[in-house]
Amino acid sequence: MIANKNKSEDKIIRLLLIMLLTLIASMVAYAVLSLPESATNLQRLVDNNIDISGVSNPVTAVLLNFRVYDTFLEMVVLLVALLGVWSIKEVPIESMNDLKNPVLDTLVDLLVPFSLLVSIYLLWVGAHAPGGAFQAGSVFGAGLVLLMLSGRQPFLNFKGLPLHFALIISVTLFISISIYSMFATGELLKYPLSQASSIIFILEGMATVSIGLTLSLLFYGIYTKKKYK
Amino acid sequence: MNMLFIYALTGTGLFFIGFYALIIHTNLLRKILALNIMGSGVFLVLISLAMRSGHSSPDPVSHAMVITGIVVAVSATALALVLMLKVVDITGKPDLHDQEDE
Repeated sequence: MIANKNKSEDKIIRLLLIMLLTLIASMVAYAVLSLPESATNLQRLVDNNIDISGVSNPVTAVLLNFRVYDTFLEMVVLLVALLGVWSIKEVPIESMNDLKNPVLDTLVDLLVPFSLLVSIYLLWVGAHAPGGAFQAGSVFGAGLVLLMLSGRQPFLNFKGLPLHFALIISVTLFISISIYSMFATGELLKYPLSQASSIIFILEGMATVSIGLTLSLLFYGIYTKKKYK
Repeated sequence: MNMLFIYALTGTGLFFIGFYALIIHTNLLRKILALNIMGSGVFLVLISLAMRSGHSSPDPVSHAMVITGIVVAVSATALALVLMLKVVDITGKPDLHDQEDE
């Protein structure tokens, strides 16, 4: 933004900017400090309704039942980001293997199955303790990224229609559950009480697959070199 | 005055440090990093203010919002990085310059 041709002008502008930002920062800090020291309304609301949510972990209850709209739209955001990356940059389907060495190879053999195991555990534990689809999806995606870094080709045999299907399965499922809940209870994304647990579990499982694949493919879109274009 | 307000104030501090860097630097990678630091500041404010519930467990709603926010921030960063790579491909450098500077 600031040209180097005039150093003193540059300094004055920076000083003015710092002063302005300090002023705004102190106003925001005042706003934060003037908040009441206890705010329990939302928490009470969640605690009172946790029994009808289908899970016992309050964060999962909020994410996949009370405010499932947020999670649904977030899956759409992930998909749109991936589509954006793919439309800007041509992504090759083969990984680079310039990091290939025996230590990484052995480590990947140990870590990738382990990351899959951790991911499934996180998915399962999310119903009653910290964990859930996002954490599980991130661990799963990290495992896939490790595979790519070591020069394996996780997407060579898994591309085209099956891959695209796995990417959109979570959004598709969210939409179908919305339609189903409209018929079952008359309200959008309000689950029938008896099926809430199983609906949340299926949604979380599919969301894990989509999140993991999307995150690793986003990384994949960036981690490429010119020679592959 | 509570311990959690220290975290919240640190969060606002991080936000404005990131904002300053976002304005000052011309390098696009630094701008993306600055945006991420701003986002982390916002997450820190949300997470620490969730502790105001007074219970042993914090307010789950803002925690859920932060989990959602982190994933969105990661995907937005990836998109920004790809856009930056496209700028590098076309102009040869990761900077945005005014027309008169050229």
